[in-house]
Amino acid sequence: MATTVPEPPKIDLEPLPSDGSGKGGWGNLVPAGGELRRVKPSSPPPASTGIWVGLAAITMTFAAFTSALIVRQGASPDWQHFPLPPILYLDSLVIIASSLTLEIARRQIARFMVAEKTRAAAPARWLSITLCLGLLFVAGQTFAWLQLRSAGFGLASNISYSFFYVLTVAHATHLLGGLGGLVRVLGKLNHSVLRRSTLEATSLYWHFMGALWLYLLLLLWMKL
Amino acid sequence: MHDRSAHAAQPGVPTSFLRKHVFSLDHKVIGKQYYALALVAAVVGMVLSWLMRIHLGWGSFAIPGLHLLSSTGAPGDVMTPEYYLQLMTMHGTIMVFFVLTTAPFAAFGNFFLPIQTGAEDMPFPHFNMMSFWVTFVAFVVMVAAFFVPDGPTLGGWTQYAPLSAVGAVGGPGQGLGVVLWAASIGIFCIGQLLGSLNFITTTLDMRCKGMSLMRLPLSAWGWFITSIMGLTAFAVLMPACILLILDHVAGTSFFVPSNLVINGQILPHSGGSTLLWQHLFWFFGHPEVYIAIVPGMGIVSHILITNMRRPMLSHRVLIYSMGALAVLSYMVYGHHMFVSGMNPVSAIAFSFPTLVITIPSTIVVLIWLGSLYGSKLRINSASLFALGFISMFISGGVSGFFLAQPSLDIMLHATYFVVGHFHLVMGVAAMFGIFAGTYFWFPKMTGRMMNETLGKAHFILSFIGAYCVFMPFHYLGMAGNVRRYQAFTDDYLIPLIPVHKFITVSAILTGLAQLIFVYNLIYSRFQGPRAPNDNPWEGTSLEWSTATPPPHNNFGDQMPVVYHDPYQYSVEGASADYILQTSPEKLTNPQEEK
Repeated sequence: MATTVPEPPKIDLEPLPSDGSGKGGWGNLVPAGGELRRVKPSSPPPASTGIWVGLAAITMTFAAFTSALIVRQGASPDWQHFPLPPILYLDSLVIIASSLTLEIARRQIARFMVAEKTRAAAPARWLSITLCLGLLFVAGQTFAWLQLRSAGFGLASNISYSFFYVLTVAHATHLLGGLGGLVRVLGKLNHSVLRRSTLEATSLYWHFMGALWLYLLLLLWMKL
Repeated sequence: MHDRSAHAAQPGVPTSFLRKHVFSLDHKVIGKQYYALALVAAVVGMVLSWLMRIHLGWGSFAIPGLHLLSSTGAPGDVMTPEYYLQLMTMHGTIMVFFVLTTAPFAAFGNFFLPIQTGAEDMPFPHFNMMSFWVTFVAFVVMVAAFFVPDGPTLGGWTQYAPLSAVGAVGGPGQGLGVVLWAASIGIFCIGQLLGSLNFITTTLDMRCKGMSLMRLPLSAWGWFITSIMGLTAFAVLMPACILLILDHVAGTSFFVPSNLVINGQILPHSGGSTLLWQHLFWFFGHPEVYIAIVPGMGIVSHILITNMRRPMLSHRVLIYSMGALAVLSYMVYGHHMFVSGMNPVSAIAFSFPTLVITIPSTIVVLIWLGSLYGSKLRINSASLFALGFISMFISGGVSGFFLAQPSLDIMLHATYFVVGHFHLVMGVAAMFGIFAGTYFWFPKMTGRMMNETLGKAHFILSFIGAYCVFMPFHYLGMAGNVRRYQAFTDDYLIPLIPVHKFITVSAILTGLAQLIFVYNLIYSRFQGPRAPNDNPWEGTSLEWSTATPPPHNNFGDQMPVVYHDPYQYSVEGASADYILQTSPEKLTNPQEEK
């Protein structure tokens, strides 16, 4: 662990090519009688593709919830409009801030990669701040749910409240996954080797959670 | 530069029994686990169909021992009407999810996609292992419904609201039975998403040197296209199941309308949209049927090419057609809802793409038939079942043309015509694809050959039997025989009962014929003759260039390098009638894709 001796954290740079899988067909195609076709030398790391695949699935899930909300709202006149708990707006600032701190952490790590900085504590600290902001976000959501419930607006009180709880709980559940990813990145940064693809996939997921929250806030503000 | 994460993620060769055979990270073991699960599910689903068919032919017949399965559902071993519907629901659910989605895609795909792409394993082996065990848990939860007091749900595998959402007041199994069903399917969705993630990233990122996308075999393309559909479709079914569970346990009103009175009691829900469930379900449901059939298309194409000793008329058009099927499948789902009460103008909007989707289906069929014409097809169990797949797909697909017309569908909806259509085009065809894949890849998976005589007997009996069972369904449907009825007491249905009896006898005999396959499978696994070499079918794709069975990292010390397209058969001037993809032999007269 790089705490006593200042040294850059071990980041797995682009490794040298080997004969393993993952050459991805981007290598030079052996001609069958024609000329060599030059293409990209390698495929992207699986984590980079995998995270986009995962985000596509999450997008479809929330698209389904959105269409259910729109259809259900139009199906019956029982939709009860209500103002969103104010803490949700504060929560939005928290999650935006967490994306900023994550970006700071990434840039700190990038500077280590080129040995511009030697202190190891800085990127880990910014990642920890991101984690704390994420936990603060979840705490804010929980406060909003409890506030509504204590005012008598539970899950089944009206369909608009049902959708509010479903959408925010679904988002918070996915965000917890993102928190798990951040914990994993912190662990690898401090104790072993952190791959760039791991860091970038985790960051992309976290930023997506922020963007998804802003979309949900807009949807709920418009519809509820 | 490629990331070594694939290598770093590869575990060492496992040594403990649990790691080797139970919680394995090896895609080959996971594929076999999925196959075993699908086999068990198929037997369960088939037995359920027998129980249904016996009741349909002989309604008051006491099936010995049935009271042991359900004392309330079968007092005196005679099935109650509700229990018939419960069995029907579980038959459909188990077959569609745990057999047709699992075997062609998850079982064969997990085993062979990494090998055919030239990878050491899937890029996320832990997610892959989780995908199987999550699917297994889903199956356990589904089957557990048989053992709760009220039994499983009776709302059909489509679980239409409001019946599915009103709770126990809707009938036996509509309380806990529905919750277990929805929970099981929700869990299944998670397993499929994890699996699809691996399939997509394997195909895009894990191909070996020289393996471009167009050099992938058609089976790999089938799995890749299916995984994209699976990712997007199951991600919509999961929220639908969540909303359904909430209507049950939390008193919400997503799907239950206002002022609904059941058994004299007015339900507390209000404002729900029953049509909303149908939209959510069928947006998943139509891609799902293509998820069931597209892997079979890829597998069958692969098998036929190997046995014809020449490529298809157009490799590229076949891939584009499978892709077109996938894209169009999202636009046609409303054809399941023509008579649901949705805006009739929507019927035109869905009917048109439904007719358009017949175009890539027909192109695929014509490419198969055109490629077969004039070829000297090697006849073996695998190629016979591949031909049977085409036959079933055509027979079942043609009835789809009629169902695609809203005006005709008004008459045919919810009749046996629909049941005949989907059983042939999806159920039987996909099963034949599974059988074809089994006979074809058994030597590579186990190092032994299956018995050809038994395989051919299995084919003949299954082919004739399947037509005996499902062809009469079309006649029944046109005669007005409503589906999901447990007894035929109306005067226009009574004359059709002899047809049902014929179907029942055929179904039981065809089902018993599957014992030939099960015996062949198990016997050959342990006592079958050893495969003559690593490439008994003289195939060209990467699975045939590696050892039998493949080593832990699929290719041993030296990862393959691909020099050729996947189907270089009967090339003039070549040294043999087939050229392995990994062969460095230069071809003067190649049939290369450009």
